[in-house]
Amino acid sequence: MPRKEAKMNKMQIVLSGILKNNPTFVLVLGMCPTLGTTTSAINGMGMGVATMAVLIMSNLVISLIKNFIPDKVRIPAFIVVIASFVTIIQMLMQAYVPSLYAALGVFIPLIVVNCIILGRAEAFASKNGPIDSILDGVGIGLGFTLALTAIGAVREVLGSGAIFGYSLGIADYMPLVFVLAPGAFFVLGYMMVLFNKLAKK
Amino acid sequence: MKSTLFNMVAVLFTITLIASAGVGAVNMLTEDAIAEAKALATKEAVANVLPAFDNNEQSEQMIDDMPIKVYKAVKGNDVVGYAVESMTKNGFGGVIRLMVGFSPEGEILNVNVLEQAETPGLGTKMCDEGNALLSSIKGKNSGDVEFKVKKDGGELDALTAATISSRAYYDAVARAREAYWVACGGKASADGVSGATSTNKGSDAQKGGENE
Repeated sequence: MPRKEAKMNKMQIVLSGILKNNPTFVLVLGMCPTLGTTTSAINGMGMGVATMAVLIMSNLVISLIKNFIPDKVRIPAFIVVIASFVTIIQMLMQAYVPSLYAALGVFIPLIVVNCIILGRAEAFASKNGPIDSILDGVGIGLGFTLALTAIGAVREVLGSGAIFGYSLGIADYMPLVFVLAPGAFFVLGYMMVLFNKLAKK
Repeated sequence: MKSTLFNMVAVLFTITLIASAGVGAVNMLTEDAIAEAKALATKEAVANVLPAFDNNEQSEQMIDDMPIKVYKAVKGNDVVGYAVESMTKNGFGGVIRLMVGFSPEGEILNVNVLEQAETPGLGTKMCDEGNALLSSIKGKNSGDVEFKVKKDGGELDALTAATISSRAYYDAVARAREAYWVACGGKASADGVSGATSTNKGSDAQKGGENE
């Protein structure tokens, strides 16, 4: 019986990460990279994809080893797993996509302390099977990536009159504040309102 | 799973062991690629500020406690230019690194910003093609330029609303010139005196930056 139910939920697991449990707009987790990296659409997307890669791998591994981990040391065990994947992703990016690595800089090692990843490990991967955990990683990761890309795009258009690096030729008329730190809060706040209004319908 | 002292120690030990083995393995796999990517980035940055060359020699000097690298580019038997990887700590967002290309005659050929953390949309304009900073020094003979923005009584343009970034940019270029003078020993005899004054200027500019 539980098996049948799980099967029905496969698609829902992915969708819930994007909509019902969107990490940025609904769970409000991982605000540090959200506010810090979204100065442009491409930066937001890069951060989202890197986080998603770590999240999928750590969710999978944690769900596989969850039965061998004594309860009292599960958090340190999760952190070691997550930190190893972040280090691996960091080295791979440095080796094969150095330009993206240069753009995201300090935020890559900070994925380790991104509460989304530890949150999903604790709330989902440590209670569900490996397939569901991967799907949860995909869903939450996509939700995070889409949110960061959207915030980045809005800030880029409003602040520097460009989208994905292509200038729209209106840069001189745009309020610069949107690419600065305060703009991140404005855009995040209004997009959160909008998202929750639309999601309620 | 129930926690006992033994299984907690054993599990954590095993996990950290496997994790460190994994990280170590990936490090071994990517080490060469990372070094290659870095070398390629440096080579591209050098090629960006100099005319075509076959070979370059690298040397390093310390100026104001900052490591400045000089790449001497050679084509055949002729020196075609010097690329200097210079830096400053006076940027609005901390360190700025840039590569400055000098012809053997001392002309500033091009400047390429390698690393900066300036305010997006203001100070970051220093990376754009043909920005005010680059166009006010490009093509000039480095010996004739006094690296000061108009606001400080100099003759060089600054970026709008980014005077601190502009000062830092010129500070780094001035430091590159010092390194260039040291590197091409021949010129140093003629410019030895002004080289020394420029050292003072550099540190004055730094003090000015700190007061802002």
